[in-house]
Amino acid sequence: MNIEQTDFYTQAILSMAALIGLTSFLMLGQSRLLRLIFVFALQGFLLTLTTSLAAHSLHNPHLYISAALTLILKVIFIPWMLRREVLHMNIHRDVQTLKNKTFIMLGGASLMVFSYYVLHPIVQTTAPVMLNALAVSLSVVLLGMLLMISHRQAVAHVVGFMSIENGLFFAAIVATKGMPMVVELGIAFDVLVAAVLFGIFFLHIRSSIDSLDVDLLNRLNEIEK
Amino acid sequence: MIAAYLVLLIPLIGIIFFAVADSKSDMGKINVYFNAICLLATLWLAINVLNQGTILSTSKAFLVDPFNVYLIVLTAFIGLTTSIFSAPYMAHEKEIGKLTDRRLKLYYTMYQGFMLAMYLVLTTNNLGIMWVAMEGATLATVLLVSLYRTPESIEAAWKYFILCGVGIAQALFGTILLYYAAMQIGDGSNALLWSVLYTNAQQLNPEILEIAFVFLLIGYGTKIGLVPLHNWLPDAHSEGPTPMSAVLSGLLLNDALYAVVRNKMLVDGATHSNIAGYLMMGFGLLSFLVGALFLHRQKDIKRLFSYSSIEHMGMMTFAFGIGGSLATYAALLHMTVHSLTKSAIFVTVGHAAQIAGTQRIEKIRGLIRTQPQVGWGLLIGTLAIAGFPPFGVFTSEFLVLLATMHSYPWLAPLVLLGIGIAFAGLFRHIQPIVYGEKPEGQLPVKANLWPVIIHLGLVLWLGLSIPGFLAHWFSQATVLISGSAPL
Repeated sequence: MNIEQTDFYTQAILSMAALIGLTSFLMLGQSRLLRLIFVFALQGFLLTLTTSLAAHSLHNPHLYISAALTLILKVIFIPWMLRREVLHMNIHRDVQTLKNKTFIMLGGASLMVFSYYVLHPIVQTTAPVMLNALAVSLSVVLLGMLLMISHRQAVAHVVGFMSIENGLFFAAIVATKGMPMVVELGIAFDVLVAAVLFGIFFLHIRSSIDSLDVDLLNRLNEIEK
Repeated sequence: MIAAYLVLLIPLIGIIFFAVADSKSDMGKINVYFNAICLLATLWLAINVLNQGTILSTSKAFLVDPFNVYLIVLTAFIGLTTSIFSAPYMAHEKEIGKLTDRRLKLYYTMYQGFMLAMYLVLTTNNLGIMWVAMEGATLATVLLVSLYRTPESIEAAWKYFILCGVGIAQALFGTILLYYAAMQIGDGSNALLWSVLYTNAQQLNPEILEIAFVFLLIGYGTKIGLVPLHNWLPDAHSEGPTPMSAVLSGLLLNDALYAVVRNKMLVDGATHSNIAGYLMMGFGLLSFLVGALFLHRQKDIKRLFSYSSIEHMGMMTFAFGIGGSLATYAALLHMTVHSLTKSAIFVTVGHAAQIAGTQRIEKIRGLIRTQPQVGWGLLIGTLAIAGFPPFGVFTSEFLVLLATMHSYPWLAPLVLLGIGIAFAGLFRHIQPIVYGEKPEGQLPVKANLWPVIIHLGLVLWLGLSIPGFLAHWFSQATVLISGSAPL
């Protein structure tokens, strides 16, 4: 099927998927925390757009509620909290040196290919657009993990964690037109509680190791020191 | 059905109560009352199920069948006995200055929050809600792991939070794929209800379900503590307060396994192959062997028993993976006896650590001479968990071994080897702890050992004879899961 022959909604979803995938790669290569948080907010905003678009095109009003929740949580509240934390700790001028940046980006690209490979069997049952959407969301999930592995700041871990949520949310919107309302509210509640807990944790980590560098969290080990 | 709502309502009231309660009041005792009332409600629910069979609420939101009803009662029971143990234990921790009133209040609030999440995982019929509740259980316990605010406990809690959070996100992806497969055969509003999916499992797309199961197993498997996703487990168990270790080991791991098995039932119905079973067998056997080997290297008594939990959860996952009626029956029995034994052990371990003032194995010595009840409790508990007859763990491990010999004889040596290694690993540490020389000036602590006696008594009873109604539930659940009756 040619892309021009699909309807507006499908085309829009495909471009959104591409953009969201792109923001994941942008985050992966980012070495400054404030910019990382900004790109994360951007990804949240793209997700909000996708959700409202789906709500409008599929005539599914409860998706507007999801869109509003995403906007409040992922675009405003969490980035604001992280930004405040970074400014407070005065680490916004630090440039993290990412080891093997090239390898990380190449790894990210291979993860994307891998996502397509894993989800390829579903192409028999559905339109190709679904494969694209699901594969991009899976790769956003995997790229979020790679982000957590490659960055050593607790703030970057939170961004990775929340970006994994973004990927899952995108899959839920595009592939299944949103989960049932009660489930979606539950997930939003969990995300909110998680965000608050992260805030509390920053406080504790700061007071115990006086830094937000997770490399310093290395006391518990199988090997006796 | 009212009983099921009551089971969920009581811990909810508990959360609100402790959140607003005056921190000077005797919260330990009130926590016991809440759990006791909840146990009564679950017993009422169990009697209903015994009389009427499977109960599905009118909105189809809740489902109680023979598979989950005994887990619900078990959850309430261990919740109650652990709360009985925790009241004097936490009071002692406060006395020695490790805790403040406010943190104690947080502890009791989150205790009820954790219980609520566990009941919700077990009773819900909606696979999405099951995920939400599972994540909720992580969120409720993460601040309890860091309750002492030591650098180690904060590190453990951070690790627990990140690993379980990322892990469980995979389970959500699996659930979304499942929902996607279900949307293709029916309408959206019911497509996440387990009972609906189970009756239509034949029509679900097998390819999508296979992919979904991989994600679900990885996701919930992180919470079961399957190797290589187990890293959070020993840390969280060793750094948190001991009552928390008891409920994490006794309840959380079980419920995560329950979620996997529920999903496996759907996948089996759709694929007609044993792909899900093979995955579970592989992960289970690996966890079983790695857990057993790691027992030998431990220096911290709570880490020791958390590796023992990994080992036993591995064995259950392996048994569910084999999937025949005998193996499934054995796994259900093992879930029960392991929870009872392991929470009893953590109770005694908590007292032992308070007696010695440390959790380091080489510093805890001469328990029988200091406080015989604690020493004997730990010794008998260890005997039970290592699989000595006549305890229930022996029965279930023996059945697993029989099922392995029957279905996959070439794996039986590995299982036997693992049991042997685990036995040696436990006893080389426990023997000097219990019988060793008593250090100068070591004094007994105030301890309530009734939970230990009751738990180990029950395990002994289950080893000698399984009561009729329980055997009936196990058989029905076995038919539900494996498709054929045991024996």
